[in-house]
Amino acid sequence: MNRILKYVMLDIVKSKLVIGYTLILALLSWSLFSLEDNSAKAVLSLTNVVLLVVPLVTVIFSTIYMYNAAEFIELLASQPLKRVSIWTGFFLGLSAALVTALILGLGLPLLLYADFAMAAVLLTTGIMMSLIFVSLGLWVSSMTRDKARGISTAIFVWLFFAVLFDGLMLLLLFQFSDYPIEKTMIGLTAFSPVDLCRILILLQLDVSALMGFTGALFRDFFGSTKGEWVAFGLLTLWVVIPFYFSTKKFRLKDL
Amino acid sequence: MIEVVNLHKKFGKFSALSNIHLVLEAGHCIALVGPNGCGKTTLIKCLLGLVVPQQGQILIRGQASIHQHSHRAYLGYMPQIGRYPGNLSIAQLIEMVRNLRPQQAHYDEELIDSLGISSILSKKMSSLSGGTIQKVSAILAFLFDPDILILDEPTAGLDPLSSEILKQKIEKAVKQGKLVLITSHILSELDELVTEVVFMQEGQIVLHRPVHQLIKETGETKLSKAILSILQSKEHHE
Repeated sequence: MNRILKYVMLDIVKSKLVIGYTLILALLSWSLFSLEDNSAKAVLSLTNVVLLVVPLVTVIFSTIYMYNAAEFIELLASQPLKRVSIWTGFFLGLSAALVTALILGLGLPLLLYADFAMAAVLLTTGIMMSLIFVSLGLWVSSMTRDKARGISTAIFVWLFFAVLFDGLMLLLLFQFSDYPIEKTMIGLTAFSPVDLCRILILLQLDVSALMGFTGALFRDFFGSTKGEWVAFGLLTLWVVIPFYFSTKKFRLKDL
Repeated sequence: MIEVVNLHKKFGKFSALSNIHLVLEAGHCIALVGPNGCGKTTLIKCLLGLVVPQQGQILIRGQASIHQHSHRAYLGYMPQIGRYPGNLSIAQLIEMVRNLRPQQAHYDEELIDSLGISSILSKKMSSLSGGTIQKVSAILAFLFDPDILILDEPTAGLDPLSSEILKQKIEKAVKQGKLVLITSHILSELDELVTEVVFMQEGQIVLHRPVHQLIKETGETKLSKAILSILQSKEHHE
């Protein structure tokens, strides 16, 4: 598996897309920090980068990469290697490459300019976001052989979690505003990694005005520290569960 | 060396392989022949574990191979259309495959020189012609000196000279007591090599016989004609 990981890493590092991604993240964060005199404001703007741009790039890149690596996978699968190790190698390789890009592009300026606790929480959620959306990308690519369908599914997955999910929550909230649905809402939040990350960041930043309904509920329900751990635990499940299903699928896939 | 028992494979509703029984012994060169789309490649991919059958058993050197991976160390596979990561050079590709199998002690690199690849080792895989990719596939299949060689249309797309070199290599392998399984639809190419013939049609094995027996039964001298006459007489019976 380590050897597969090495070759996947080498292959991705050469790709222009990941280098471009690193540069764009770096450009965004350096310019935000130099434009705002209050670094907390810049951190808030970077929160949106972590919540929207990181998942989009990650899920699309990993899906496309898996389709383009079909030959590579076939070659590996005809060697005496376990299918599970091949798949895990790809997951770790993709994750390592994208997380490195994130640390170089976003992490460095954050650690230099922002307050350490804030930087740490933003970077951690960014890393979690990367892992989750690599995992989702692998799942999407394991489900269909058709590249066009796979990529459009990946875009839909991003759209759903980044935009549609909040809309649905809001709709629910207004429809059932006469009922006590707070607990249900907290439960539903677990179904969106983007929302969980937002809550995790906002709990740390302690900006109640931006917390939003679910964030406030979360805090109310769990208290800050406990809330953070619960959110973090749920995010870990978001990495593990899609990866588990994609591995299961890949083990039986005809290549 | 290879034993296939009651193998079934469906792609959706289409039944690609049904009820395959096959026993292949070492020291033989077996031709797997049949019309296009009869399931030759699917059968080969099942042996390799690239395609997972719904039902049946495959034993390779006595060990069940479905969902296993260790048996692939005994297999050398040359695909019909080799597909390799385009951004690697030939040398990097060979190096990578070697690195993936660190337990291997010795390599068979004869073909790198004899097929004339040694002078173009630094070329990228994406810039190679179909024939050259075939040569690389052949090199990779023989690289680990495996006991079983599975060659899917090995000479298709190769120039006559390289094709001859590859044939000699195959002949040598058979003499060393290896099992060679070749698919081809151009039978005349295989005449001199083959010791057994397996004929497939619509996902089933119609015929599995040693070549000398075929020739004796039919009185034909050419393998292709012998198979043809057997098939015709079968149809006649039905």
